[in-house]
Amino acid sequence: MKDLGTYRPLDYFQLMEVSLRELLVEKGVVTEDAIAAAMAAMRARGPERGAAMAARAWLDPAYKARMLADGSQAAEELGFEVPGLRLIVMENTPRTHNVIVCTLCSCYPRMLLGLPPEWYKSKPYRSRVVREPRKVLAEFGLKVSPKVAIRVHDSNADMRYMVLPMRPAGTGGWSEERLAGLVTRDCLIGVAVPKIPKTPQTRKS
Amino acid sequence: MIERGHHDMGGLPAGKVRRTEHAYDDWELRVDAMMMLLIGVVGGNKRMTVDELRKNVEALPPADYDKMGYYDRWVISLTHTMIQRGVITTDELARKLAEVENRGQSPISSGK
Amino acid sequence: MKSGSDPDFLFSPGDRVRVRKAAPLGHVRTPFYIRGYAGVVERVCGAFPNPEELAQQRDGLPAQPLYRVRFLQKEVWPGYRGNPADALELEVFQHWLEEQ
Repeated sequence: MKDLGTYRPLDYFQLMEVSLRELLVEKGVVTEDAIAAAMAAMRARGPERGAAMAARAWLDPAYKARMLADGSQAAEELGFEVPGLRLIVMENTPRTHNVIVCTLCSCYPRMLLGLPPEWYKSKPYRSRVVREPRKVLAEFGLKVSPKVAIRVHDSNADMRYMVLPMRPAGTGGWSEERLAGLVTRDCLIGVAVPKIPKTPQTRKS
Repeated sequence: MIERGHHDMGGLPAGKVRRTEHAYDDWELRVDAMMMLLIGVVGGNKRMTVDELRKNVEALPPADYDKMGYYDRWVISLTHTMIQRGVITTDELARKLAEVENRGQSPISSGK
Repeated sequence: MKSGSDPDFLFSPGDRVRVRKAAPLGHVRTPFYIRGYAGVVERVCGAFPNPEELAQQRDGLPAQPLYRVRFLQKEVWPGYRGNPADALELEVFQHWLEEQ
């Protein structure tokens, strides 16, 4: 049997994990290799993939149009495989700010961005962001002007969502890579917006 | 409580969002990987739907739901689903749990 | 979208619809907080196997039309403060919607 790490100390749930896994392997339902491969694939997914899409969209209006029409296809166009993902990209504008939640569980564009942060799955976020989005965003340090409409997207069924943030002013002439560096996971969820770091960048693009 | 599922919490009062981050342990990622394989998103050996996973998470007693970690809920739900689907039996699980627990007294492997 | 039979789509973008107020048992993907409220169809997502059936080991077919519906916050939460255009958008299966 493959070495999957020490089995001690196991709490109740870890004990369940080992037991379930061994039963499934013994029955030929899954293999340790397939589990390891799925883990590696999940580790490889991350917000930088969404950031790359955002930066491309900022620089290429035709790509942006395709991305807003079909997010999954736009991900694949950049070489990101997103099996089963039906991605809708919501564009922030000077008049609209978008934010993503899943009130029922924790649906998230995991096939593109990897696993969600802990707070995204927490009771306070899931409960409150649909009812008092401005207050919740303020807790994240994001003050949305009363002139800007907020749209909260509850990922409650088969679609998954990602926010396309607005390109910050003062980034004219920046390379795609440098722009992508401004787009954090929280920007793609909509609880933050891209900011140019205060310290002057030494690296010219 | 029966009319409105405990998991169905949109709009209910709750505390401040604590912006916690969590580096996933290997065992949590293994649970995640098993789920992806069992619902057939990857691997092509589908044994269940993600809605069954959700149903069994939603069936957890509210007090446990609140106390348990995310993958704690998932591993319990996955295991329930595999019993419901007839992939494993309750008796097999009982024996396996005891075997693994006993083995835990003397680790079969030392490293990661 | 990928179902064998072609379901009837009863609603189109711009239609005003109301989410049925119901509280059945079982696994449901229509959040409690939006039941009974009216909104406008934002887009048609396609047709998907019914999750209420999928959760019970059935195939969920025929696939159910799924819509994105936009609700105004001020119409959902009493005393909501913010921009009057602040909105909630959710996915609602056709069998949870009625014409408004």
